[in-house]
Amino acid sequence: MSLVFYLFAALTLAGGLAAVLLKNTIHCALALTVAFAGLALLFLDLDAQFAGFAQILVYIGAVAILVVFAILLTRSSETPKDGVYSKNWLAGLAIAAGVFAVLAWAVLQSAGGLPQGAAATPAVTVLQIGNALLGRYVLPLEIVALLLTAAMIGAVIVAMHEKERAQR
Amino acid sequence: MITDNTVGGILLGEGILKGLTETAKNFAGSFVSAERLTTVEYPEQRVAPIEATRVFPFLVYDGKDWEAGMRCVACQICEKECPPKCIYIEKSKDKKPDAVGKPQFYPTKFDIDISVCMSCQICVEVCPFEAIKMDTEFELSTEDRFGGLLLGREQLSKSNEYYHEIHATEAANVDASLAAGRAKVDAKTTAVAIAAAVRGAEVPPRPAEGGD
Amino acid sequence: MVERMDQVFVLFAHWLVGFLPAGWQPVAAVLLSVVVIICLFPALFALTTVLERKGLGRIQNRIGPNRTGPFGILQPVADGIKSLTKEDIVPLSADAVVHFLAPLVLVVTVFMGFAVLPMGRGMVLADIDAGLLFFFAMGASTELSVFMAGWSSRNKYSLLGAMRAVAQMISYEVPLLMSSVAVVMITGSLSLSRIVEAQNHYTWGLPHWYIFTPWGLAGFVMYAIAATAETNRSPFDLPEGESELVAGYHTEYSGFKFALFFLGEYLAMFSISGLGTTLFLGGWSAPFSFLGWVPSWIWFFSKLMLSICVFIWLRGTLPRLRQDQLMNFAWKFVLPMTLLNLMVAALWRFLGDGWERWVICSAILLLAYLAMGWLGMRQGHIGPRRYRYAD
Repeated sequence: MSLVFYLFAALTLAGGLAAVLLKNTIHCALALTVAFAGLALLFLDLDAQFAGFAQILVYIGAVAILVVFAILLTRSSETPKDGVYSKNWLAGLAIAAGVFAVLAWAVLQSAGGLPQGAAATPAVTVLQIGNALLGRYVLPLEIVALLLTAAMIGAVIVAMHEKERAQR
Repeated sequence: MITDNTVGGILLGEGILKGLTETAKNFAGSFVSAERLTTVEYPEQRVAPIEATRVFPFLVYDGKDWEAGMRCVACQICEKECPPKCIYIEKSKDKKPDAVGKPQFYPTKFDIDISVCMSCQICVEVCPFEAIKMDTEFELSTEDRFGGLLLGREQLSKSNEYYHEIHATEAANVDASLAAGRAKVDAKTTAVAIAAAVRGAEVPPRPAEGGD
Repeated sequence: MVERMDQVFVLFAHWLVGFLPAGWQPVAAVLLSVVVIICLFPALFALTTVLERKGLGRIQNRIGPNRTGPFGILQPVADGIKSLTKEDIVPLSADAVVHFLAPLVLVVTVFMGFAVLPMGRGMVLADIDAGLLFFFAMGASTELSVFMAGWSSRNKYSLLGAMRAVAQMISYEVPLLMSSVAVVMITGSLSLSRIVEAQNHYTWGLPHWYIFTPWGLAGFVMYAIAATAETNRSPFDLPEGESELVAGYHTEYSGFKFALFFLGEYLAMFSISGLGTTLFLGGWSAPFSFLGWVPSWIWFFSKLMLSICVFIWLRGTLPRLRQDQLMNFAWKFVLPMTLLNLMVAALWRFLGDGWERWVICSAILLLAYLAMGWLGMRQGHIGPRRYRYAD
């Protein structure tokens, strides 16, 4: 738990908080991008190069852009009239606290299993990740690929139906 | 099967390669041949204008004195024919001999507003006295937008030698037709004089001959 | 002596850093390399602007700038002074923070890409194991800055330009990655220095650069196309075409911010050419084994400048592609070809050494290219035009 870790954690938290508290939706999306960047930096701090760079490539390079396009094209970039706080904020707080408690318990449970003061985190090379993905974890990989293909085909079909409807 | 109903050849990218070779030739050629590099670094280098170049009109005068030798007789035909009406002429009260010797009026004021002139050359075409011709001078920028672009008769008068410089063949033709005109007038006056001399004792008052 | 010339910069850096106490030395070494990169590549950018204007001029039957300095060499100085002294106009209703941050994000992410390029033997700033992934991650982040610039200007034409630019960059990101994946597959590593070292072998004096293999040549061509589109260069420069959308997403920028966008675009061109050189042209390795005495960094920068000259040449030759033509080209031609290229590269690897693999791989790629080209270039049937109205 070094100073660097606290800095990155603060950056991520600040980005996340800004993403829910800011009024302008596009500003929220950009703050979310900062949160993604903070997560990537945390991965890099743990020497997980592949995860960190893939996080930047996928989340900042694709997901953030997708979010921003979606905001723009659905015209919800104007600030909502009633403000950003919802009426049922107490219920929301309770649910969020419950989820946080479950996650914290899970993390602390697994952290107990690690040797204390692990000197060097095992350096996982991309080669090892590749071998694992296509060796031991090939089934989850193929299922995820199938899921993504289905999503893409679905998107194309939805768009195609719209085009046909527009042509008639 | 591979028929040529395709755009631009059979192979995709063929057009691009042809284009690339053409630009490479242009690039390399621009260092060696003037045909490829047609740019001229104006104003240090200039391209000689072609003979039929025309910019704005000027008044031709014969001889050394621009006032006495001016061919214009203030007939005001060009003023009337000018489409944007950029010519302003004031006729004189007295007369002076013209290019072929007859006493004619002359313009005391001949102004052309070159900010209005559209270089249509109609004034040149209608002038019966070959007095107004087109100049090739175009570097006429001035800081005075109104007075500086209103050229008076002194600025507009340029010699016949200058006319020969800028439009050689045209000037030669004009000179030939003016000389022919003068010769005809001379022949007529000579014939009249001979007829009068032949007719007898009372010599009628001689008409003035030529110019003096 | 040859060895010293080759390593002259590395040795100089070591000597300089040696003056500091041992604790500071790693940080100082990194800082020194960073400073060198930040100074060198903008200088190259200045040189490239002159080269481009003179080169384009000569292609277009005219002389380029030739009044500032001999042969116009000092033109970038004049341009720099102009951009520094121009008034910085921010539109009244523009989003000031985002408007300010957009050029910064662009320049920062583009500079990061230079960190993993091996510019000579042992001259990498950061020899990351997943170097190629890092480079592409930084490239993907530049799209965000383009969008930020277009949106914050509060100008519908800038927004339109930004959307087009982002759509184009995303569409061509996929072929860019796919053509690099073939190289990674054959080399077996994502580390750029390993990829260059794998190409640094010679057979009968000729190098093992990947461009001299069938899949490498196809991959290089597609990488070049995707790179031209990624950096918004002609013929893919619709988002920033001067005659189309004024200046697209950087319409509302003036003075130094515009200069930063310009710098970002050219630096992106340099870094993507550098990556292409590393992946396909052998990076810092010499073309023939008997030329190995020439320092490695000279080879890298020569290849880089050669790529830049090709970019300039392409710009002077080709007309601009329309947005839909551009997207069709990416998804319907380049992407299938890159997928096929990936499979051909795998085939290359498993056919073993010998002349068969050359023939088979070349034949497959050539046939696919001819077929797709013929399919794509067919004139459609000429019938009445069908309109599709927005509702």
